[in-house]
Parts: sequence; C-alpha cells; structure tokens
Amino acid sequence: MAENDINISAFSIADAPDYGILRLVVGRPDLALKILKEKGYTVNTTEVVCVIVPNKPGGLHKVLRILSDNDIQIDYMYAFAVGNEASVVLRAPSNENVIKVLQENKMELVRANQIYQI
Amino acid sequence: MELNTEIETADRQQLTELQSKRLVKMVERIYNNVPFYKQKFKEKGIEPGDIKSIDQLKHLPFTIKSDLRDNYPFGLFTVPQSEIVRLHASSGTTGKPTVVGYTRNDINTWSEVVARSLTMAGITKNDIIQVAYGYGLFTGGLGLHYGAERVGASIIPISGGNTKKQLQLMQDFGSTAIACTPSYAAYLAESIIKEGIPQEKIKLRAGIFGAEPWTEEMRQQIEKMMHIKAYDIYGLSEIIGPGVSMECQHQCGSHIFEDHFIPEIINPETLEVLPYGELGELVFTTVTKEAMPLLRYRTRDLTRLHPEKCACGRTLVRMEKCLGRSDDMLIIRGVNVFPSQVESVLLEMSETTPHYQMIVTRENNLDELEIKVEVDDQFWSDEIKILEGLKKRIHHNISSVLGINAQIKLVEPNTIERSEGKAKRVIDNRKL
Repeated sequence: MAENDINISAFSIADAPDYGILRLVVGRPDLALKILKEKGYTVNTTEVVCVIVPNKPGGLHKVLRILSDNDIQIDYMYAFAVGNEASVVLRAPSNENVIKVLQENKMELVRANQIYQI
Repeated sequence: MELNTEIETADRQQLTELQSKRLVKMVERIYNNVPFYKQKFKEKGIEPGDIKSIDQLKHLPFTIKSDLRDNYPFGLFTVPQSEIVRLHASSGTTGKPTVVGYTRNDINTWSEVVARSLTMAGITKNDIIQVAYGYGLFTGGLGLHYGAERVGASIIPISGGNTKKQLQLMQDFGSTAIACTPSYAAYLAESIIKEGIPQEKIKLRAGIFGAEPWTEEMRQQIEKMMHIKAYDIYGLSEIIGPGVSMECQHQCGSHIFEDHFIPEIINPETLEVLPYGELGELVFTTVTKEAMPLLRYRTRDLTRLHPEKCACGRTLVRMEKCLGRSDDMLIIRGVNVFPSQVESVLLEMSETTPHYQMIVTRENNLDELEIKVEVDDQFWSDEIKILEGLKKRIHHNISSVLGINAQIKLVEPNTIERSEGKAKRVIDNRKL
C-alpha cells in the first residue's frame, strides 16, 4: 500500500477459527482493490458509514440510541478516539438508512472526500 | 467344520459343472426379463443359447455401477415387485443411491453364505454374537443377523455406535463374538483398555470384521488388544452384501463362495481376463440371485485370486485382501464416499467453486473427513456471520448427501494445490 501511496485511515481484524478478515478504510479504494487482487489476496469492497462522536462518556451511546430507536441493526463496528472526538466506522444492512437517520438527528458524519486521496 | 462340505470342498471340475449349469439359467433369466441386458447382448450379437459353460463368460458384457444408477430404482430387477421381500441401498457415485432387491430365495442364499462365513470363524449355536454393524439400508447389520440366526447363535442386534452400551452388554451378556467394521473394533478395543475393564470380564474370542479395507498390522493390533481371532469378511451390496467371501482360521485370503458368485480378475484398462495370481480388478457374476442377478459386475476392488487348496480343506478360490481401487471411491467409517458426490453438492451452490479437497485421517481409530472448499471471490464477505452461515449450509448439504459427518473448511480461491490444472481431490492420510 505504501509503495502505491495508499493511505490507510482505519482498520480492524476479525478472527474466525479458520481464517482472519482484515477490514481497511483506505484513501484510494479502487486502486487498493486492484493491487491487492494482483498480489493474490481475496478482497472485496463494502460500504460503511463513519460518524464522529464526542470523546466523552455517553458519546457513543447517543448514536447507538438513535439507531436502536429506529430499529437499525449494526453488523459490526470499530472506533478510535483521540483529543475531543472519536470516529466510529459502522456497517449495517442498509447504510443509506443509517446516514438518513443520523443526519436527521444532527450527528456529524465523515465525508468520503475527507478520507480519499485526491 | 464346513457348513456345506459338499460345496466347500468340491473338486474343481464338479464346481465348474455346477457354475456352468447355473450360468446358463442366469443368462436366460436376465435376457428375458431385463431390457438393459437384452440390449447389451444384442449389441454384442450374443444369444442366450450361445452360452453353454463358464468358458464363454469372458465374451459376455460387463455391468458397472452407473448401470445401476441409470436403471434406478428397479430397472435391473427380473421379478415383479410382489416377489421382492427386501430392499437395501448404498450410496451411489452421485445423488442417487444404488438399490438392490432380494426375493425370499435371495434372502435364503444370503443367510446361507453368511452362515458359512460364521462357521468358518468357528461360530456355532453355542455363541453369543454382538452385531455392531449398522442395521438399516446398509447390508452389514441385517446380513450378519440373518446368517447368525441360521447358525443358531444368540444375537445381540445392538447395531453400530453407543460404545458404552456395547461394552456393558459385552460384559453382562458375555458376548463371545462381535461383528463390525475393523475401525470400530479397534475403537472398542481401545475403549475396553481405557475404561479399565478387566480381561476376565470380556469373553470375546472371535471378531468378524469387514465393509472397509484394513491391513494385516491392524488385524494384529486388534487381535492383541482384544485377545481374539479377527476374521475378514468381504462383500458388497450389489453382489449380495457381506458373505461374498470369508477368511478361514488360516487367514490366507478369503474363500469366495463360488457356487453363487463367479469371480474373474480383469485388467481394468484392456478389460481382458487375467490368469490366477495376477493383480487386477475383481469382477463377479451372481449365478443364483433371483431379484437382481448381475453379469460380470466390476467391483473396482484390486486383488489377486489363488486357486490352490487351502490348509483348511476348502477348495474354494481365495482372494487376497483388496489392495486398492480402480476408481476414486473412498470407504470412510464403512460408508462408500465418492468425490463426485461432493462435487455435485458444490456445483449446486452458487457461492462455491467446484474446487475442493477431501482429507481423510484416522484418529483414535476413527476416520475423520475434512473438506476444504474454495469460496468464490465475490462471496467472500467481511461479515463472519455470512461466512459461518455458508459453512453451515455446505456442511449440511454435504453431510446429508454423503451420509457421514464432514468438517468443512472455507479457503480462498486458488489455494488448493493444482496438478496439471486440476485440484488434487483426495488426500488419504490413513495408513491402510
């Protein structure tokens, strides 16, 4: 990834008994997909939502409460906090729904262009 | 000693005459009652009247396992359903099972050959025999049962599995003989030792083991651990079930009951008949079967035949322990398994590729099957529940087709080793 100037903004590793899954949020998704495939990895792209929450007690709870009240299930999520804010990457059966509900509730979302490398 | 002295110690000429007489009748029977055979005879330009003795057997057409599938379920029967008193089935090469039918006389014949087999192992009415083969569609359980009843032994029809109960009844009832697969026998032997059951509580003296290949080393191991004599019984459901051949106390090959089943050894490539002593594929013609007589049925088992009179006095030809197969069938825990069965399941599922690898191991004397399956690139999800769900479905579909439990391991595309573009389908790590 470094050789091709692809920045990794976030990642998490899920481990199952027989295999591991590495989830990456990268600056150049299409290029990253092409390169990893060429290198023989099994790789797919998937849509996720990234939301900013205050880095204080109850910060994440607010987001989860909104989703829960709107009957939205979360498949998986990972997060990292530094300074006053925390970024939460989450995946749900319908990301459009998540975006709509969170925007209606005035939650701050990370836009793709804040991560993507131009 | 022999149950049927006249047959079992007959001189060759006498036996050949009997076989010829029976073959002529059998050929007439299948020609007139089974369209499949009539067609085959016509293709070869043979009329039933051309067949006068077993010398002409080599000119007759073969029958193969897929012929049974093509005529599924009852197409090869020579009698109406009302004459059929029993149906058994084993797994076929693809979805459909291999079906066999028996008339009352067939059950009689089967009982007799199994009774002869048990007699060879010294079983009499004074024995208590634990039949730990599976009872059901598989011919092992009921085959041994009817033979043991013919001998007059006391039968414990316990069927397979439930090791604790096997060991309890073995002690409480004082079983003197046991019939099961050799791998289950080895497992029972180990369990006896592990449970700390004192030797004097076990009255076993003979074991009748078959339905899967086993080695001389395994025999010695079982004999030593169980303090018994272990006999090899051979058979396949297409021919009749267990009791096609059986070892005597000299353990120098299994005596084939040639008055019912005529053996030949052929070169599996050229199909020519090979002389006694040469290694090749074993072929049987059933000359007394009524419901489903088979002409020159290719067993795919590789072995040699020896015609010399045995030290036990029997003149019946002896077959060596089978040295392998001329096809890719595996026998796992006594169940016939074909790689093509796995392939057909995977082809029906859109998420998987037909690339897979079956790895067979034997742990604690029990066979284990692991199947590695390559999952199509686009179906690899980053959600574990999707992958685990897929694994469960593959496991369910494969296990229900094979009839045995298999461990499934999902792997990435192109990770299973290929040779000449084809994945190596089977790795058998059992030391057979």
